[in-house]
Amino acid sequence: MTGTPTTPAAIETRQLRKSFGAFVVTDDVDFRLEHGARHALIGPNGAGKTTFVNLVSGALAPTSGTIALNGADVTSLSQAQRVKRGLVRTFQINQLFRKLTVLENVGLAVTERNGLAGNAWRPAGRNRAVLDEAYTLLERVGLAADASRAIADLSYGRQRMTEIAVALGLKPKVLLLDEPAAGVPTGDVGLIIDLIEQLPADIAVLLIEHDMAIVFRVAKRITVLTEGRVLIEGTPAAIAQNPKVREVYLGERKPQ
Amino acid sequence: MTSETPTTSKPNTATRDVAATAAMDAFARTHRLSPLEALPWLAAVAAYFVFPDYLALGSQILATIIFALSVDLLIGYAGIVTLGHAALFGTGAYTAGLLAANGWGDPVSGLLIAALVSALVGCVSGALILRTHGLTLLMQTLVVAALLYEVANKAGYYTGGGDGLQGMEVWPVFGLYRFDMLGKVAYLYCLTVLCVCWLVMRIVVNSAFGRSLMGIRENVARMHAIGTPVERRKLMAYTLSAALAGISGALIAQTTGFVGLGVLSLERSGSILIMLIIGGVGQLYGAFIGVPLYMIAQDRFATIAPVFWYFWIGLFMVFLVLFARGGALGILHRFVRRKEGGA
Repeated sequence: MTGTPTTPAAIETRQLRKSFGAFVVTDDVDFRLEHGARHALIGPNGAGKTTFVNLVSGALAPTSGTIALNGADVTSLSQAQRVKRGLVRTFQINQLFRKLTVLENVGLAVTERNGLAGNAWRPAGRNRAVLDEAYTLLERVGLAADASRAIADLSYGRQRMTEIAVALGLKPKVLLLDEPAAGVPTGDVGLIIDLIEQLPADIAVLLIEHDMAIVFRVAKRITVLTEGRVLIEGTPAAIAQNPKVREVYLGERKPQ
Repeated sequence: MTSETPTTSKPNTATRDVAATAAMDAFARTHRLSPLEALPWLAAVAAYFVFPDYLALGSQILATIIFALSVDLLIGYAGIVTLGHAALFGTGAYTAGLLAANGWGDPVSGLLIAALVSALVGCVSGALILRTHGLTLLMQTLVVAALLYEVANKAGYYTGGGDGLQGMEVWPVFGLYRFDMLGKVAYLYCLTVLCVCWLVMRIVVNSAFGRSLMGIRENVARMHAIGTPVERRKLMAYTLSAALAGISGALIAQTTGFVGLGVLSLERSGSILIMLIIGGVGQLYGAFIGVPLYMIAQDRFATIAPVFWYFWIGLFMVFLVLFARGGALGILHRFVRRKEGGA
């Protein structure tokens, strides 16, 4: 949001605004997510972080403003069309198929990406390449041992990992992680951090997170959102030092 | 995780191979044919020989199972609620009836034309109403059925209105097998068509498309997020379901030689739901259990207590909702699981 960079960003929003009646949830947000970025979006409860994810991913239509993906305007595209262009999100609250196995959950995403999901004739189990790709992905993220278990039978931490694995099955170029560690027991948070740190470097990652330990461990850049507005953006060191941020956000925990 | 692994990469170790194959096979196994699936067909063939006097009722049951399958595809698999599926059933019935009453009595081509017309009506009405869901959608499906009912009622010159469509002449099947008084040909004709429809349903629900329908039913937010064109998928399901409903209606028109306004009625839409719920929703075979149970009970009760039989159906439904969620198939599943658990 400073200067005019020449290369198009992975994601760029301009004057992005969402209001429900008189209530403005996202207030003219200008935001850039660079290619291969590890960028965190933080802010107190109700700052509009998840709304921002919903706007960028296409789950919500903005009241005004534009969203560009790799320089191309995607504001009017559906969520599905944005996913096809590599813009993928995860959810703060698990949105998984609880009765299906981990392998099937990831398999559904792979099938959709391959364009095979419209096929009404071929038995799903016959798509060996899809299942093989899904399984390989599970191996990469350390979920292979759980491949045949139903989501409902997994620990919450592993469910959260599956949430990310499903997104990876779509081969994202931009990944919006909405509080990936929300609700994960402290002992398992390390698993999630490892997973995020091991994401391929060419994926631009926008991390929405409350847990400062994760943010400062993963993010190279931080944007602070308050009341729908960008308060400040900078490096983790700069954000940690900033008095305004300490006041509205970090200050919640009484600085020591 | 060093870089993107190509999907075609060969497994590097033997253990990986075994575990991976086991996991993939476990998934593939979920839709392998089981010997149990022969049961409905054995029962249908046995009924042909054991109850030669009830073949007319048998034909109705077989044709109605197709209708229940079409509703199951929507409610059980795609999670699309409908209280107006008689619209598509009736469209098929009137299409086949009008063809046969106006000089084209060939049953097989009549059936296909009925399927096409119903699919078209389903596709157009679906495109209009599937944007909504829940109660709103329920009302919209009711409205479509009510509209078509009134159209058929007012177009009395063609449809016979409240008196029903008269003068259908259905030719022999393939020009060879004349529909006989005992209903043997009708029964075998219905059984064959049901078998084809079941095969189509079974293939579809086990395909990637069918899996994505279940995904839409289970978690539509996630399906949007993995890039599924949800509206288009639902419309495809609705159109296919409409074609099946149309085939069912056409079969009943052709085998009874009559079409009345009842084929488009709310009662028709409601009773098929009850039959499906009795059998079990979203399990493919619920239709094969619920429809015969309901229709045989209706036939028996109607002779014993013609006025009172709805009371028994009502009582049965209350029992089902309280004690047997998942219908008859649900009871069977629990029974099998308990036996396995005890063993």
